[in-house]
Amino acid sequence: MDTSTDSAPPFLRIRNLTKRFGQFTALKDISLDVKTGDFVCFLGPSGCGKTTLLRAIAGLDPQDEGMIEIAGRDVSHLPPAARDFGIVFQSYALFPNLTVAANVGFGLVNQRAARAAITARVAELLALVGMPEQGTKYPVQLSGGQQQRVALARALATSPGLLLLDEPLSALDARVRLRLRDEIKMLQRRLGVTTIMVTHDQEEALAMADTIVVMNQGVIEQVGSPQEIYRKPATAFVADFVGTMTFLDAEIAGPAALRVGAIELACPDAARFLKGSAVRIGLRPEEIRVRNIDSATPNQVATHVTTLDFLGSFCRAHLTPEAAPGVAILADFSLNLMRDLAVAEGQPLTIALPPESLRVFAK
Amino acid sequence: MSVAAISTSAPAARLSREEWLMRLGVVLLVCWLMLVIALPLWALLSKSFQNADGRFIGLANYVRYFSTPTLYGSILNSVGVAIVTTGIVIPLAFTYAYALTRSRMPFRSLFYAGAMLPLFAPSLLSAISLIYLFGNQGLLKGLLFGGSIYGPVGIIVAQVFYCFPHALIIAVTALALADARLYEVADALGTRKSRIFRTVTLPGAKFGLINAGFVVFTLVVTDFGIAKVIGGQFNVLATDAYKQVVGQQNFEMGAVVGMVLLAPAVLAFVIDRMVQRRQVALLSARAVPLEPKENRARDIALLAFCLFIVGLLIVVLGTAIWASFITYWPYNLTLTLKNYAFGAFDQSGWSSYGNSVAMAAGAAILGTAIVFTGAYLVEKTKVFAGGRMIAHLLAMLPMAVPGLVLGLGYVFFVNASWNPLKILYGTLAVLVINCVAHFYTVAHITALTALKQIDPEFESVSASLKVPFWRTFRRVTVPICMPAILDIAVYLFVNALTTVSAVIFLYGADTKLASIAIVHMDEAGVTSGAAAMATVIVATALGVKLLHVLLDRVVFMRWQAWRRR
Ligand SMILES: Nc1ncnc2c1ncn2[C@@H]1O[C@H](COP(=O)(O)OP(=O)(O)OP(=O)(O)O)[C@@H](O)[C@H]1O
Ligand SMILES: [Mg+2]
Repeated sequence: MDTSTDSAPPFLRIRNLTKRFGQFTALKDISLDVKTGDFVCFLGPSGCGKTTLLRAIAGLDPQDEGMIEIAGRDVSHLPPAARDFGIVFQSYALFPNLTVAANVGFGLVNQRAARAAITARVAELLALVGMPEQGTKYPVQLSGGQQQRVALARALATSPGLLLLDEPLSALDARVRLRLRDEIKMLQRRLGVTTIMVTHDQEEALAMADTIVVMNQGVIEQVGSPQEIYRKPATAFVADFVGTMTFLDAEIAGPAALRVGAIELACPDAARFLKGSAVRIGLRPEEIRVRNIDSATPNQVATHVTTLDFLGSFCRAHLTPEAAPGVAILADFSLNLMRDLAVAEGQPLTIALPPESLRVFAK
Repeated sequence: MSVAAISTSAPAARLSREEWLMRLGVVLLVCWLMLVIALPLWALLSKSFQNADGRFIGLANYVRYFSTPTLYGSILNSVGVAIVTTGIVIPLAFTYAYALTRSRMPFRSLFYAGAMLPLFAPSLLSAISLIYLFGNQGLLKGLLFGGSIYGPVGIIVAQVFYCFPHALIIAVTALALADARLYEVADALGTRKSRIFRTVTLPGAKFGLINAGFVVFTLVVTDFGIAKVIGGQFNVLATDAYKQVVGQQNFEMGAVVGMVLLAPAVLAFVIDRMVQRRQVALLSARAVPLEPKENRARDIALLAFCLFIVGLLIVVLGTAIWASFITYWPYNLTLTLKNYAFGAFDQSGWSSYGNSVAMAAGAAILGTAIVFTGAYLVEKTKVFAGGRMIAHLLAMLPMAVPGLVLGLGYVFFVNASWNPLKILYGTLAVLVINCVAHFYTVAHITALTALKQIDPEFESVSASLKVPFWRTFRRVTVPICMPAILDIAVYLFVNALTTVSAVIFLYGADTKLASIAIVHMDEAGVTSGAAAMATVIVATALGVKLLHVLLDRVVFMRWQAWRRR
């Protein structure tokens, strides 16, 4: 995130956060800013430290070093209850012996608010998450999706400034997950509550987040909007983790050119590297062009189709360049295109790799 | 949102108070466990190195012990009896458990309940029954062909009866965990039944059996009541300790016997821990529970076996009860209630029963509250990691300490000249505390198991909602754990009621207990009175258990509506 152009101070400020479990360093010198009202996703493979970071922010597993500031207040050493956040766990952690209403109102009763006010607030929250009139049920009587909503309502009950969600959707089946994804996003927009969600599902992150924080082995690899993350991955790890990418070994051949085996390619991104250095380039399967190629089209490569995988709405082709038989390039073709060009296994195919779509990574 | 948000500003002061309270709780818990478990044991240990004037004399007491044949001979006697008993009980319990878990025999839960009967009686009840059956005036004395029941044979038979349910509980747990897929694979490979039994069933239950073996061994070595009643001239460690302390007032030698008694128990405990550590999780999370297949011949054979065992248990329990109503055994078998007029045989009369019930109730109430709160502090709080670990270790310690040994430790600890707690000696309070300490481990493990099943994030959720932990404890944790809490209370009550060894050194003139009255009446030769008092204890213990079951079934179903879908 580019905070220098942002005049408003960030809602959450993390500086040089380190967390160790014995010898193992789970978080290494993490610094991060989160804007007020932002929906942030921590994205990364299993074990990369997403949950650890979330729990450090909550104060549930305090960091070993570093500073955390919420709404301008240094909370680094405050216990969870002094930090003003709501949290939803993967297991939901609903109190099984309390009704839905009692669960949602659990944090309100404590504040000695009038009973009528609490009842009204609970009803409002249940309506908010789309579960009006279900207050008298017990958690076991609810479906996974409904339990999830109750947990969300409970977390929002005290109107916290920060909402933390740890893989809230991972225990649900695919359909419910898609629906809840939208509902959570809409709810978050409506309430404007700054939200951090942990997920290892890149699709979920891309669909829901305003800002994605990609993590790997205890460090932040990249922070950016879904568009930025997808189109301009900062590292090979991010490129590989978010979406699909073909990686090829290459050498920088000039200020905006590189060479893959015997194939010369134009690539503005190559300018960041010294001539002669060995790099890796990445290209997304859906960026590969096969239509409207004429003699002026740059980066043409003659290939043939090795295999075709039918993946429902599109086909993924494995292409082998004639000039570099050891290399495999992935390309996604719509069914339309397949029919128009009569693409089939073993068939020759000339493709073009748009220069601006080629990302260059240090090796 | 339309309704104005209810404001949420938690004062930071309250938080530190919460943390402070948790820390205080952990500190108090450790102090309490030190006081009621560690210090008495320390008192016993140091006493065994002192002379009668309280001066340190090194190993002199031990040297004297091991150079007196009548004393050290008891070690062999105790160990021998324990080994034979273990060798008999384990195969019986294993077969019985196999019938309960791996067959389709009818009435399995009834058979399980029936096998639990001995748990509700003092251990010496089985010895009393054996005396009625095979003793000098025994009904079936002729079956012994001139042999005597007083001595090792009587001890072993009575111990088998007493230890059977303990071994069975462990064997059932071990056999109940089985992965049906292993059996299906073995079947699919055409493995013979006997080979499946040797290669799949036995290894799966191996660790449970070893554990059961150690439990039985320890129970026999440390049990006092049975050897006292039916041991005759056959000396064992437990009766030695009693003779030294109560008979000869030789406290130092009593302490040495106590230390010797502690050795096999601690050894068994340590070896068992080492063996269990090597146990790999046989049961993966995806294991498929085993459904025993139809097999009439097997089921009938097992049914016959179980009927035989339950029959024996009922005969042994029943004989004492029946005999307690008999006018003059075995010559006048008309029924009477005169054996229940305890005042005629024992000064304390019925008051010892009142003391027992008061003590058991006190142990159940105080013990349950302390054990459960303690387990909560150990399992669910994050303060003082070291302190919580010490508390846990101390809580596990009583498992390896025989009741007689802990009781001796209490005598020395409470009576120590420097100890301000001296006023407690002989009071009901010290008996209650001693019982809670003696039975702490099982109760602690029960509470921990229940707490571990609760979502670990409940405390996190409460913290995020700014709800203090004690509110969540009261409104969520305790209600969820109510079945386990009741289990603990009933366990403490029944064991406090039936124990002899834990309290034999500790009662005072006004606080004699029913189980001790049994010992005294038996000593005085009033076996019928002893049988009657034992019957009263059994009836009370069973009554409380029945109440527990009813409470669980009827009232609880209503309170725990949330468990039902
Ligand atoms: N209490 C702990 N003790 C020791 N190591 C821990 C502990 N908690 C987490 N770790 C380690 O820290 C690393 C990060 O864990 P974390 O739970 O944050 O991963 P995650 O990114 O949330 O993964 P997942 O997607 O699987 O939930 C892991 O390697 C984990 O093994
Ligand atoms: Mg996680």
